[in-house]
Amino acid sequence: MDEFVNLKATELRLGLPGTNNVCEERVSCNSNNNKRALQADAENETETSPPRKTQIVGWPPVRSYRKNNVQTKKNESDGESQGIYVKVSMDGAPYLRKIDLSCYKGYSDLLKALELMFEFSVGEYSERDGYKGSDFVPTYEDKDGDWMLIGDVPWEMFECNCKRLRIMKGSEAKCLGSGV
Amino acid sequence: MDRAIKLQLSTSEMNYFPDEVIEHIFDFIPSHRDRNSISLVSKSWHKIERYSRHQVFIGNCYAISPERLIRRFPCLRSLTLKGKPHFADFNLVPHEWGGFLHPWIDALSKARVGLEELRLKRMVVSDESLELLSRSFVGFKSLVLVSCDGFTTDGLASIAANCRNLRELDLQENEIDDHRGQWLNCFPDSSTTLVSLNFACLKGETNLSALERLVARSPNLKSLKVNRAVPLDALTRLMSCAPQLVDLGVGCYENEAEPESFEKLMAAIKKCTLLRSLSGFSEVAPVCLTAFYPICENLTSLNLSYAAEIQGNHLIEFVQFCKRLQLLWILDSIGDKGLEIVASSCKELQELRVFPSDPHDEEDNNTAVTEVGLVAISAGCPKLHSILYFCKQMTNAALITVAKNCPNFIRFRLCILEPNKPDHITSQSLDEGFGAIVQACKGLRRLSVSGLLTDKVFLYIGMYAAQLEMLSIAFAGDTDKGMLYVLNGCKKLRKLEIRDSPFGNAALLADVGKYETMRSLWMSSCEVTLGGCKRLARNAPWLNVEIINENENGRMERNEEDEREKVDRLYLYRTVVGTRKDAPPCVTIL
Repeated sequence: MDEFVNLKATELRLGLPGTNNVCEERVSCNSNNNKRALQADAENETETSPPRKTQIVGWPPVRSYRKNNVQTKKNESDGESQGIYVKVSMDGAPYLRKIDLSCYKGYSDLLKALELMFEFSVGEYSERDGYKGSDFVPTYEDKDGDWMLIGDVPWEMFECNCKRLRIMKGSEAKCLGSGV
Repeated sequence: MDRAIKLQLSTSEMNYFPDEVIEHIFDFIPSHRDRNSISLVSKSWHKIERYSRHQVFIGNCYAISPERLIRRFPCLRSLTLKGKPHFADFNLVPHEWGGFLHPWIDALSKARVGLEELRLKRMVVSDESLELLSRSFVGFKSLVLVSCDGFTTDGLASIAANCRNLRELDLQENEIDDHRGQWLNCFPDSSTTLVSLNFACLKGETNLSALERLVARSPNLKSLKVNRAVPLDALTRLMSCAPQLVDLGVGCYENEAEPESFEKLMAAIKKCTLLRSLSGFSEVAPVCLTAFYPICENLTSLNLSYAAEIQGNHLIEFVQFCKRLQLLWILDSIGDKGLEIVASSCKELQELRVFPSDPHDEEDNNTAVTEVGLVAISAGCPKLHSILYFCKQMTNAALITVAKNCPNFIRFRLCILEPNKPDHITSQSLDEGFGAIVQACKGLRRLSVSGLLTDKVFLYIGMYAAQLEMLSIAFAGDTDKGMLYVLNGCKKLRKLEIRDSPFGNAALLADVGKYETMRSLWMSSCEVTLGGCKRLARNAPWLNVEIINENENGRMERNEEDEREKVDRLYLYRTVVGTRKDAPPCVTIL
């Protein structure tokens, strides 16, 4: 029994260490344009960052176009020559990888590379239902701190907005599809 | 309306004039509201007005159908259409909600309307629509797209290639899929009519030689706004062949401009003596702003709100010399001190917008603006009539002072970044401050409130804001009374948008007829229930009552509906064409 408890403690999952569930805060509104978002703290044990302030959807009322375009100071380095490096984690894998998004021409390019890197396959994408046919779902964290499904937005928008990638597996992946 | 014309129109003798004379008189009345009034006078005036109406403004594309529009105004030349509700700008409306352009282009094309101008806001535009547009209207001159999406540079290529008389292509803040194609190359060599070209929002590369050739053969070009992919030396060449430019949007400068390129740029800028408006600067080193010093005294409009890389002190250094400025859009990195300098330098200022450089307060910086900057501006700029101000804190005393200094506000939008924040000195609500604003500013047409607010602020708004047309409310009020004060008091109210406020069915249903006088009502995360919305829809068949569901993938299950269930997002609007047929699954129209 003790062994079982120890295993649980080392399991990589969404949520702060010590919490049991993926918790959803009803902070005014759970959905917005094309986000199938899980609202949860995406802290995992390998990273230390300050606790993020709860972000309210659509607040402050700044147009998304403007929000996306005034972030240059923070996330992008000068020009495309330095690349857009983001971390990639996969549920169950012991360590993370890092890739340069600017090396890829589009989603199919990127997904093929991820499939090779982590040795898995990603299933069929449809706009309505997400990825079907695989236990693995590719997601990314955007500038607003939300976890999004890879493939929903135009590639350029994704390049600008993506902070890091996570290949979700199993039950959490299924949760994303239901939009709850 | 001009008094002389009013007098003429009131004379019954007018009816004995031939139609052409009456039509000629109507030509002097461009305002669509006045023309709407004219058309109500008599049957013959209605008919004359119909055939002579060239410009039509449709604030909500679902209020009327394209077929009915064309039947009534067959001589239409200029059309303005707005689609998604305002809160779509802040991700509160699903991407697939609606606002499609295609049915409009399709109908206009089939009816062979002589369309020349199209202005769209928050519409979904496809490449197919743009292609059809480019092929259907020979005299097409002007396309203005604001906050639209759904199209790519392929669509732009059709416009470039097929619109022989194109004068204006103005793309403002759209989400455009950039295929990195050669759309600029698609302007034929014979195309020399361009007056305005704005592609600042395109994210991909730009064919610089195509752009230079296009600019060189467009002697009438007055407005040019390029995207980030146009570097400094290209900009210099462009300005050299277009010294007649009045309005310029710059793209990207290298961080360390060589002294020689910088000199060349300054020389080119010096020749642009007609330049009055400047924008862009999204990726520039501050030193490059200084290249514009030679002409900064001529500037009447300056938009540095995307210049995240330019620090406050550089902004201040530049703006203080722009003595003729009427419009200024800037980031809050300018700080209160910067605004004080603006107040002492820019005496002609009419419109100010201060945007947050750090909307989510991630960097915990202290350079954002406060009530101090706002008061300084109000004291120093007597002509100020429009303001959008994002700030960290506010006080009633400051707002009362602002109201005293600037009774001429037409638009007053204040956004305190933290919801429900009280007066930071007295800890009271900001009711009195906003109350002072609406009481003093008798011509106020648009108002956005924020901070800690009770029902009282709405009592004041209802009592004093007689000209108010648009009101935005967030995290405010205590009871239904608040919303009722507004609905009962503001006779000219057209658009009301509310989020996260405790207004419910009692307020929603109190005066159903009110909504016939308004364009639309938006309520999200309030207390209205499904039952309340259903009752409203039953009592007002001329309204479309839309419920936007949380669960994007499914409709509301009929047998699982609970009338007491709170509605997450409600959007209702008057319409003469009933329920729309293009709503996605996440939208239920009652």
